[in-house]
Amino acid sequence: MIPLRSTILTLVLVLGGAILMAVLNLGTAESSALHVPTYAVSLAGKYLSFAMLALALDLVWGFAGILSLGHAAFFALGGYAMGMYLMRQIGPRGVYGNAVLPDFMVFLNYKELPWYWHGFDQFPFAMLMAVLVPALIALVFGWLAFRSRVTGVYLSIITQALTYALLLAFFRNDMGFGGNNGMTDFKDLLGMPLQADTTRVGLLLATAVMLCLMFLAARFVVGSRFGKVLVAVRDTESRTRFLGYRPESYKLVVFVASAVMAGIGGALYVPQVGIINPGEFSPANSIEAVIWVAVGGRGTLTGAILGAILVNLGKTYFTGALPELWLYALGALFIFVTLFLPKGVIGALDRFRHIRPVDEVPPEKISEVTG
Amino acid sequence: MSDLQTPPGDTLLYLDGVTVTFDGFRALNALSLYLEAGEMRAVIGPNGAGKTTMMDVITGKTRPDTGTVMFGKDTDLTRLDEPAIADLGIGRKFQKPTVFEPLTVWDNLLLSLAGDRRPRFTLWARETTDEREKVESILETIRLTDVRARQSAGLSHGQKQWLEIGMLLAQEPQLLLVDEPVAGMTDSETAQTADLLREINKTRSVVVVEHDMDFVRALGVKVTVLHEGSVLSEGSIDFVSEDPRVVEVYLGR
Amino acid sequence: MLRILLLCLLMLAPICAPSSARADDAANEAVVALAGQNFDDIRRGVEALGVSGSPRAAAILGALQDGRLVLGADKQLFIKLPEGGYQAALTGEPAADPGSVRPVRVNNSIRRSVDAALGALRLFDASAATRASAAEAVFKSRDPAGIPALTRAIAAEKDSGVKRTMEQARAAALFAAGDASEADRLAAVATLRDRGDIDARALLSTLTNQPPSVVEAAAAAVKSIDFSLQLWSLLQSVYYGLSLGSVLLLAATGLAITFGVMGVINMAHGEMVMIGAYVTFVVQTIIRNHAPGLFGASLFFAVPLAFLVAGAIGVAIERSLIRWLYGRPLETLLATWGLSLLLQQAIRSIFGPTNQEVGTPAWMSGAMQLGGLSLTYNRLTIIVFAVLVLATLMAVLRYTSLGLRMRAVTQNRRMAAAMGIRTPWIDALTFGLGSGVAGMAGVALSQIDNVSPNLGQGYIIDSFMVVVFGGVGNLWGTAVGALTLGILNKFLEPVAGAVLAKIVVLVALILFIQRKPRGMFPLKGRAVEA
Repeated sequence: MIPLRSTILTLVLVLGGAILMAVLNLGTAESSALHVPTYAVSLAGKYLSFAMLALALDLVWGFAGILSLGHAAFFALGGYAMGMYLMRQIGPRGVYGNAVLPDFMVFLNYKELPWYWHGFDQFPFAMLMAVLVPALIALVFGWLAFRSRVTGVYLSIITQALTYALLLAFFRNDMGFGGNNGMTDFKDLLGMPLQADTTRVGLLLATAVMLCLMFLAARFVVGSRFGKVLVAVRDTESRTRFLGYRPESYKLVVFVASAVMAGIGGALYVPQVGIINPGEFSPANSIEAVIWVAVGGRGTLTGAILGAILVNLGKTYFTGALPELWLYALGALFIFVTLFLPKGVIGALDRFRHIRPVDEVPPEKISEVTG
Repeated sequence: MSDLQTPPGDTLLYLDGVTVTFDGFRALNALSLYLEAGEMRAVIGPNGAGKTTMMDVITGKTRPDTGTVMFGKDTDLTRLDEPAIADLGIGRKFQKPTVFEPLTVWDNLLLSLAGDRRPRFTLWARETTDEREKVESILETIRLTDVRARQSAGLSHGQKQWLEIGMLLAQEPQLLLVDEPVAGMTDSETAQTADLLREINKTRSVVVVEHDMDFVRALGVKVTVLHEGSVLSEGSIDFVSEDPRVVEVYLGR
Repeated sequence: MLRILLLCLLMLAPICAPSSARADDAANEAVVALAGQNFDDIRRGVEALGVSGSPRAAAILGALQDGRLVLGADKQLFIKLPEGGYQAALTGEPAADPGSVRPVRVNNSIRRSVDAALGALRLFDASAATRASAAEAVFKSRDPAGIPALTRAIAAEKDSGVKRTMEQARAAALFAAGDASEADRLAAVATLRDRGDIDARALLSTLTNQPPSVVEAAAAAVKSIDFSLQLWSLLQSVYYGLSLGSVLLLAATGLAITFGVMGVINMAHGEMVMIGAYVTFVVQTIIRNHAPGLFGASLFFAVPLAFLVAGAIGVAIERSLIRWLYGRPLETLLATWGLSLLLQQAIRSIFGPTNQEVGTPAWMSGAMQLGGLSLTYNRLTIIVFAVLVLATLMAVLRYTSLGLRMRAVTQNRRMAAAMGIRTPWIDALTFGLGSGVAGMAGVALSQIDNVSPNLGQGYIIDSFMVVVFGGVGNLWGTAVGALTLGILNKFLEPVAGAVLAKIVVLVALILFIQRKPRGMFPLKGRAVEA
């Protein structure tokens, strides 16, 4: 379903871009005109983490028709798992010098580590949780929702309620996740200092490789017979049911897979931005992720990555240069894309490519349905 | 369970006393209908007679308030959902042609082929020679070989109707439920469809819901007339069209 | 003991013949005693004055309390005025400077007598509120010294509410009076049980030195009070729940039209509410600057104005944006979300990001007491307002030609168009109606919430949950849904805390929608299954 050319282009750009930045950061002097500052490296890493969230969202929205307005929750859960690991790594270097308890727990008069914090000092365990927790929540939520055939807008509303409930929960101090302030002041990851240029570059490269792997996995899924059933479910759910397929199983599989992808994105995001707090659960974040996908082009995978990077570049620029205008721009973007770019940038490019050589338009393209 | 209401040996589908109400409105009123294995049956009736609701009940979309719906000797359809009933071998064609528009004609048929429907299978499945041959043969039956690579959204109305019938055939059902297959078709398409259904009936049982009297006559099978949710009359097309009750319902006093 | 008897005797006089002449005589005698040399005389004078019925008694005793009652050279009493100068104690007429004076001497015993006498005097004050608070003071002090005065006051009292308070005060004081009979004490227990509040419970549960029968009765009374207190707190929770429910209802009613009736998912709905609140702010600012006298009526201007402004914006949104997106609910959701960002930012640019001060008219401030319930007027107004809005809306939908057309269009668009209804305009007006109702909700919410650009954000998820919970397309369902959620929330809050209660409600709702995807009161039939 995803053309080979755009697949290769995506891989080359993501990997090549990351490697180029790495070389220009580590291999050039700071005074050099070609030098890429470390903050830019981390910014790029952040964008690529967001791209994972976008990719995850495109998989469920673009191919299964599930418009999740709570996907940032899975991202944030993965982020919290990583945050908990990083907190444990601080050890006695915290303000209160407690070797076991993170600073906020000392501050809140915790006597000992809550049970669910155990094991998070081990990197593999923390990463397992970054994948398992989102998967489990997606599994329970999806099982309930898809089995009772909650679809369309209703599903969107309750996914939003889900992330809202998590937002409220993580704001509570007695949840043991740092409440309002979340977690920050991380020191090192796997023994490498987070502030070091090499660590930052390493994180960017790891994120880029991970994103490429995810992209290939997603491409495999949508190109398989499973992916065709998924598209069939998206557009004509009842027909698939009368053919003997169980749409709920298909949706559940793809929903859980997508939650895992978002969780990994979150886990890679946290060390590069240096903080995780409950704000990540805010419904607005999830909806913003939807617009990344819409801008790039829903149901194209490549578009999701492109959209995440483009919109966040814009956000970085606007919030720095013209903070007043960012929300206007974002709001207008939502409206513009839904009204005038229903297939996103990728769709517009496709059409542009196909318009000039009229004779070559295959009949399929003309009647292609809008998803 | 079945010792009280065991259907006769060669009954494929057995509906007895089926009642469905929507908010007080009786869509089906103690409907009883028996279909023998290998039979083709035409079901006619004015709008709101309960034809589509009957299909919904058989395919598991709607649960009846009361009544028995048995398939074969001992399968109670009221306890199963749509995919399970489809797996049993009951295929359904919708009134409005319903195909997977973004997929090609080929893929539409491929997904419909009888086989493992579970995600863990479809995720790794590769097209086999056997599958390919089956799809080819169905393409020929429904006369869509030329457009096999075409996205099905681009098919004509009649082609979509045939594709849907083809998808049903791919399912290899014992029983086909066909809702208004010739609505919107040209005369020649209608005639071809009647041939197609008769061809299918050689190996499978068929229930056709239709408005088009000429088409029903062309099928030449036993006709059941529904009215207000129950059977008004049953017999050959000539018999029912002379039944005064049927005449009254269709023409008014 | 002796003092009480004396007081009893003295008080008989004014009751038997409360003529002003007798009062003057008694006052004269009392004043003579006050001018006396020893503390006993003075105290007797205080007590006598307290029961004299003289209109000057309060002034004289008050002056004594403040050390402003002075004795002139010829044993004449004067009141030294705080602002300077003197007046004759008995007549209250201004007096010439009496020359060398000395204050009337007081000791602790006299001070107590003055307090008691003043308390007793206040029991006969002209104002019912003062009389009630005087009785309440005795209730708190439980001083048996107040009993005779209370008995007298009860006999004279006309106001039944004040009379009941006095009886309760006498009952409270009675337990410490050594000479009260067992029957009186039992009666007192009954009186306190009937009062039934937390103070009565405290008093009854801490009684000491009582006859066994009284102890038993008191224990039973405590139980009964506990029960009724629980009942009242339950009712209070219901009230809070109704109040929250009516807020949710107001926020969700507009949505019940745009989403429930039209099927348009409008994420900018919260911003319509927010705009209504800002209209209130603007109206109040104008009134403050140009016609401060009208401030009490500001909300009556704000409500229709908010309806018109938000409604007009709604029509504009429908015509410019929504109409291109019919049949594409997910796209509508995204576009209207973008719109909500634009509207928020626009308000932020115009009014600034901070909270705006929206005043509460005097008639909405305060609370009324209904048994054990405390009903605040602003909440009560919002409940009434929510009911009015809902009723009006139902009437509009059911009885007006616009409503008829709206229902026709939403039920069968093509048929309605064929019947000559201009469906595009009906769409615009319906959307405008829903938005206008949201604007009116904003006026109400401005009274209980911070008016900031983010006001609407706080309500959007709740509103959608209410509509979905109640059953889409059903205004009654919306009402029942809002009240159920409000009450559920308020019942959980004491158990779980506010945040956790909200989380529990959200999770419960998510689970509920899984069970009944079409809400509590679904529309049934074939049409909705399509």
